[in-house]
Order: sequence, then structure tokens, then C-alpha cells
Amino acid sequence: MFKFEKLVFGDTGWGDEFLIATLMTLLVSILSMGLGLFLAIITVWAKIIQNRIARFIANFYTTVIRGVPELLVIYLIFFGGNAVVMSIAKVFGYNKYIELNALTIATIAIAVISATYSSEVLRASYLAISKGQIEAARSLGMNKFSIFFKVISPQVIRHALPGIGNVWQITLKDTSLISVTGLVEIMRQSRISSNVEHSPLTFLITAAILYLCLTTISGRVFKTLEVNYSKGY
Amino acid sequence: MIEFFSSIQNSLIFKNFFLVLSGLDNTILLLLISLPLGFVLALLFALGRVSKIVFLSKIIASYIFVIRGTPLLVQIYLIYFGLGSVKFIRESFLWYALKEPFWCGVIALTINTVAYGAEIFRGGIQSIEKSQVESGLSLGFGKFLLLRKIILPIAIRKVLPSYGNELILMVKATSLVSLTTYMEMTGIARKIMAKTFAPVEAFIAAGIIYLFLNFLMIQFVKYLEWKYNPHLRLNN
Repeated sequence: MFKFEKLVFGDTGWGDEFLIATLMTLLVSILSMGLGLFLAIITVWAKIIQNRIARFIANFYTTVIRGVPELLVIYLIFFGGNAVVMSIAKVFGYNKYIELNALTIATIAIAVISATYSSEVLRASYLAISKGQIEAARSLGMNKFSIFFKVISPQVIRHALPGIGNVWQITLKDTSLISVTGLVEIMRQSRISSNVEHSPLTFLITAAILYLCLTTISGRVFKTLEVNYSKGY
Repeated sequence: MIEFFSSIQNSLIFKNFFLVLSGLDNTILLLLISLPLGFVLALLFALGRVSKIVFLSKIIASYIFVIRGTPLLVQIYLIYFGLGSVKFIRESFLWYALKEPFWCGVIALTINTVAYGAEIFRGGIQSIEKSQVESGLSLGFGKFLLLRKIILPIAIRKVLPSYGNELILMVKATSLVSLTTYMEMTGIARKIMAKTFAPVEAFIAAGIIYLFLNFLMIQFVKYLEWKYNPHLRLNN
């Protein structure tokens, strides 16, 4: 039933392919988590400044993306993304066919999803900072930049770390949906291998174990980070 | 004016909307079976998790750990493709259910929601104040009566917001069952896309219906919260 001999490294097994696929999953997760955090910061900023239009757009974005299945968002960006990029290029006078590669599309799609979750976490931890601290910093004559980098950011990071850890786990698991776009990550690799070897159980269990390892190890890493960041408390 | 309406009726997104809507009953059917089943099982699992039988508690903890650590897609594929490839399952009575993508979807969704739900209910049960249990005991409640009259009602109403989140995640998770050839809304939207090469129209039509479904779910949870938390209502 479970064929261990199919998982060795080299030409007779699929071990090395799975190793590369695991690295690909990690790469997509890290890239999209980073891009997602960047998008989330913009979203939070749009939600807390006193501008109705910005706040409406940010709320609309988070509500819609969180209310629609992830698979649908990925399909929309995968099949519709090229058309959007080409129509933007047309404005700048570039009329040739453009095709984004699978990694770019995968990263953007997962980042768009993960940013909605991150933005909620970041907003909550921003609101947890007491106003008195910002006022105190201002009364010391700090400008906006140093208030942001020396007073707000360190505390937001500390408050947000547990939540960001959760978002990371969700993002890591969401990358399995990217397999529908043809990018060879763990899920896609296990489908390819099981189609070749006719033993889906072996490769699907391998995929499950790999995901379990990734989530467990990264859970440990976030625990250590949390301990590190709350040393002073 | 008439031209305007007929142009709307002939537009792709309008036609797609009704095509996708025909898959709504398949999506709801998945939810109608897996959500109530998941709720009951999650309660039982949570009780097992907090029970004093270490063996039972450990088994349930590792079950929750495995299910929450792997993507739902892996679980669906494991049940649909993985179990189907094992010979003795194909020859047993289980095959009657497992050869249908619908039942595979129901099983996978239930397994998934039970793990998340059990963890949520465990938090609720453990957050009950000791004094409430003690006052129940001092009134002479037995174990079962204590569970039915004090522990479960308080725990469930406390975790309603987070269980509501889980319900919304489940509505979204039904879209993954489309990858096992089960034709619910996402599957139909993808078929339309393959036929018309109009991805945006097809997927936006499906997205609107999912948003509406989730909106209804949020209202339902809000109503439950209002009904079962009378002490938290702001105005009468």
C-alpha cells in the first residue's frame, strides 16, 4: 500500500522532486507572506486615516476577499490576471502578448488573500497601543518617522506576533491551492507522481507529512520569536 | 429603456449568474450534512479532550494536531483519490460512499470542521468559572445534568463568535470539493470559463453568490448571539 521505495532520492524515486517541491512551497509562502504584510500595512493605513473613500476601499477589499472562497480568488487572478496586465500595458503603448509566470501569479494571489487576514491582526495591535505613548513621543519632539519606527513598530510587532503566526499557518496551507495553476509545489508534485506511479495514497500521505512538518517547525519558530520579543515584559 | 434591460439580460455576467446559481443547491447540500454532523461530533470530541481519561485526550489531541496542520485539499484528495486506490476498501461496503465525490466531500469537510470545532469548544469549556460548576454540584446535579444545564449552554454561547468564523470558513471550503469533479458553484464557474474564455464574468458571478451566502451565515450567527446572550444585549 505505502511504497517507501518510490520515495528514495535519485532516478528511481521521487525524493529529490519532493525536496524541490517543498522548497517551492516555502518560497511561495515566504514571498506572499512578505507581499501580504506590505499590502496589509497599506490597508491598515487606509483604515485609520480620516478619509472616507480610502476607508471604504479598504473595507470593501477585506470584506470581499474574506467572503469569497480562496480557490475563486486564485482562479480569478490566474485566468484574469494576464488580461489585466495586458490592458495596463496597452495604455503605455505595448501591444504584444504578455504572460506572467506561474510563480508571480501564485505569489500575488496568495498575498492578496493573506493580506486581508494580516491587516486585521495589524489593525488590532495598532489599536492596542495607548494614545498617551504617541502623545508623549510627540511632546519629546520626535517627528512622524521616528514615532513610527521607534514607538509604534516595536510594540505592534510584539502584539501582532501570535496573530501573524496564525496567518502564516493559513498562508502556508493556502499555497496548496496554487497547484491548480500548474506551479509545481508539494500538492502538484504529489498529483504528478501519483499519476505516473498509480499509487496516490503513498504520495498524498507524503504531502500531508511534509505539510505537517512545515507547520510544526514554523510554529516552533514563531514561539521562539514571541519569547524573544516579550523579554522586557 | 427596453433596450437597456435586454442588453443586461443578454450580457454574459447575467447569464452566468443563473448558470452558477443552479449549483447553489449542491453547495448547500454539502453544508447541510457536514455542518450539523460536525457540530455534534466537535462537541463530543471537545468533551473527550477535556476528560480525565489521558489516553482518549491524547488521541483526540493528536487528531486535532494532524488535521489542523495539513491543508484541507490534501485531506479531500486523500479521501477521494487515496482511499479509492486501496483494494480492500474498494471491495468493502465503504466503497458505496467513497466512489461518489459528494460523500467524499462530506466526509472530508466533516473531518476538517470537527478538528477546528473541537478546539474552539474546548476553549469554551475550559473558560467556565469553577464557581458555576460548584454551585451546580451543591444543588445535587449529576454529571449528565451538569453538562446539559450548565457546562454546554455557557460554553456554546461563549464561543459563538469564533464558531461563526469557523462556519464561514466551511462555506468557503465547499469550493474545494469542486476539484473532485463534484459540480457545485465553483465547478460550474470553471466549466463556464473553459467554454466561454470569459474568466472574470464567470468567477465574479460565483463570488457574488458566495458573498451573499456568507452574509446570511453572519446574520444567522448574530441572531444566535443575540438570542443566547440576553445579559449582553445593549437595549431591550
